[in-house]
Amino acid sequence: MSLTTAGALPGGTYDVTVVGAGVVGSAVARELARLPLRIALVDAADDVGDGTSKANTAILHTGFDAVPGSLEARLVRDGQRMLAAYAAESGIPVEPLGALLVAWDEEQRAALPGLADKAVRNGYRAARLAPAEEVRAREPELGPGVLGALDVPGESVICPWTTTLAYATQAVRAGVDLHLNCPVTGVAPGDPHTVATGRGVLRTRYLVNAAGLYADRIDRLLGHAEFTVTPRRGQLIVFDELARGLVRHILLPVPGALGKGVLVSPTVYGKVVLGPTAEDLDDKTATGSTAEGIALLREKGRRILPALLDEEVTAVYAGLRAATEHEDYAIRSHPARRYVAVGGIRSTGLTASMAIAAHVVELLAEGGLPTAGARDLEPVRMPNLGEAFPRPYRDAAMIASDPEYGRIVCHCERVTRGEIRDALAGTVPPGSPDGLRRRTRARAGRCQGFHCGAAVRALFEEARR
Amino acid sequence: MNRAVDVLVVGAGPAGLALAAGLAAAGAGRVEVLERDEHAGGIPRQCHHGGFGRAGALGDPGALADLLGLGAYGATARLRRQAERGRPDSALGLRGPAYARRAVAAAVAAGAVVRTGVCATGWAGPLSLETTGPAGPERITARVVVLATGARERPRSARLVPGSRPAGVLTTGELQQSVHLYGQSVGRRAVVVGAEPVARHAVRTLRRSGAEVVAMLTGHRRATALPGVPLLTATTVAELRGRGRLSGVAVRHEDGRSGLLACDTVVFTGDWIPDHELARRGGIALDAGTRGPSVDGAFRTATPGVFAVGNALRGVERAATAAAEGAAATGPVLARLAGAPWPEPGARLDVRAPLAWVTPNRIVEPAVRPLLLRSGEPLDHPVVTASQDGRPLWRRRFPGPVSPSRSLRLSPGWTARVDPSGGPVVLSLG
Repeated sequence: MSLTTAGALPGGTYDVTVVGAGVVGSAVARELARLPLRIALVDAADDVGDGTSKANTAILHTGFDAVPGSLEARLVRDGQRMLAAYAAESGIPVEPLGALLVAWDEEQRAALPGLADKAVRNGYRAARLAPAEEVRAREPELGPGVLGALDVPGESVICPWTTTLAYATQAVRAGVDLHLNCPVTGVAPGDPHTVATGRGVLRTRYLVNAAGLYADRIDRLLGHAEFTVTPRRGQLIVFDELARGLVRHILLPVPGALGKGVLVSPTVYGKVVLGPTAEDLDDKTATGSTAEGIALLREKGRRILPALLDEEVTAVYAGLRAATEHEDYAIRSHPARRYVAVGGIRSTGLTASMAIAAHVVELLAEGGLPTAGARDLEPVRMPNLGEAFPRPYRDAAMIASDPEYGRIVCHCERVTRGEIRDALAGTVPPGSPDGLRRRTRARAGRCQGFHCGAAVRALFEEARR
Repeated sequence: MNRAVDVLVVGAGPAGLALAAGLAAAGAGRVEVLERDEHAGGIPRQCHHGGFGRAGALGDPGALADLLGLGAYGATARLRRQAERGRPDSALGLRGPAYARRAVAAAVAAGAVVRTGVCATGWAGPLSLETTGPAGPERITARVVVLATGARERPRSARLVPGSRPAGVLTTGELQQSVHLYGQSVGRRAVVVGAEPVARHAVRTLRRSGAEVVAMLTGHRRATALPGVPLLTATTVAELRGRGRLSGVAVRHEDGRSGLLACDTVVFTGDWIPDHELARRGGIALDAGTRGPSVDGAFRTATPGVFAVGNALRGVERAATAAAEGAAATGPVLARLAGAPWPEPGARLDVRAPLAWVTPNRIVEPAVRPLLLRSGEPLDHPVVTASQDGRPLWRRRFPGPVSPSRSLRLSPGWTARVDPSGGPVVLSLG
């Protein structure tokens, strides 16, 4: 097993190289790791899941509202079951809260029966209409004017950081080479393909393009132009844990002419998220928040859950969805080229990731990739970041066996020195303090480092020496 | 494990330690102070500047009086002005770490148990806390619980400052710890947001770490400049820029002018909020103005047996003020231990803008200590009035300017005219 972050890449020829170690690329690499092949997973960033995968609404979707018959609908539906099972096995926190699509005006209420029918066409039969009184009883803090809701009990929230990390960890442990800080700058198609990277040349017989926002560029390097990625920015506001008691379900908006709209949802970390905005941009690096975006979210949030606006904010962030001109996922196989492009994986990519991976490996097999000799992978057990599940600081047996699990470093999030030590020594260790935050929650809380920032930085730098 | 103590103080900063020292010296039984940090002493530990009371041995009555907050604020206005002109900190008496060490020593010498690395994580009952430390989880039940949990600065995110999320964005608390406790480098060109005393300490800390301070900025129209640091008034941060590392701060003046300050570090200072998590998790009523626990003049919260002291009450006052409150709570806590009943909440104290908050926030009986009143805006010669149910109670003109970073002290005599069972007492200007 190997992970490299600098220096020349290993020689020889990989059987398959996956470009992009986001949630989709990591899932593909994990699926490929089952085969007796030489696999590489490369990413331009210093960590896995550092692009779209780290900044989203973190919902495990049922796919009730997908376009019936689309590839996305199928992969989300299958992926939801696969990831739910994988999460249970791997310790990825998932909270099955259920969603309410709340109607605030007559037009929205009128749209609910259609959404219920669409859910059935997507194979989801548990959605039902809920009258206003019921909605109010189940969500007492909702603002005035609720007319009803569509109740979707199967929707859950999940930890996106642990999901990507679990895939990558399992892949690396099973023998996949993970190369970080390794941007792909050119591809000379051939047999093998010659992939130019910021760290030298890599040769590979098969290529999977899971480069997210940059998937169209990679596609063009291979001479294709099947889609163009238009980054769609979603700004989000995360409210403090003390706001968690205000909301019990994922409060989804009823989609209208102007898109999907703004939701309010608990997070698995015990906080409350408000967002996202939807802004089509042409800059793939524009992950900044804006005054207008924040103001818009606050205005929407005030209507949905008025008391939320009085709570402290712990984070404001923005993610970019890899939207394309196509309604559906743009997954394209080019068997003659031994190349699969995985484009246009938008907000449902986290949910669908395992099903996308299985689909991609099927496409590779159709293109001639030998898939005999598949084996089961060693299970992974990830440290729990979820607030609804046992955490080390409360675990008497764990602290008794190792007092470092009783030494809280980040007090807002109750992250112990033992957890930070474990993350720094992990199979895929963090490349930055932000990466450490995504593995432990250290510094993710209300004080944002006022109390613990220097201590966390010291632990990170000590481990890197 | 379950244990019982007489008094459980949460937080070993100036307020908690002064109270524990007073209680232990008075023979209050087992007085235990929980400190979640690895070291006791609170925020002064990271404040490598003077202004923390007279130097001198513990036995020196003047020093002890300072420590317990019984004297006036340790550094006089004259000494502070000298410091602004470049006199060494030693002219101001003790520096923070020495003050913190002495406060810890005084509490321990008096017989209080100070436990560090132990975090109170929640409540197991009305006077029972859940804790975690290297020795494992515990439930500690007390006859009296005192919240002395202090305050913190609101970070960039809580202030809703837009832009990217680069490294190099700090609060003063993180800056001081990085430089003074961990010897870390923080950057080369820094912008300081805020112009209160804490911002001036941030400037000094940045300079000591070798950084150049490009500018200080404040949304207020006037503030005190530091020599050699450009001061931008009526200016706010419009956006943070930079990928990976901060590259600049876009600023906007209230007249519409805007600009970009190139820098690799920005420190957000001031904008304090009490660390009120434990209070909220315990259902302790908070005051809308301070966001800290609502207390009466004897530091009683609305929950029987639970007191709150120090900067947990409202954000930041000087260490000596926090310590004075801890010392002053000794009597009421002793009375409670002796069986004194918990009074009805009394009359609420409310403030009208631009006033920001007042402590105490309720009047049960005539107050014996000055009330602290804070304005959200700079004021000139303000006239402060108090009234209840439309009945004027008190009126006073304060000479000179009033800063949003310093409290007015209202002498307490007028509180005798408050009807504890009446409506809210309103403090306003004019």
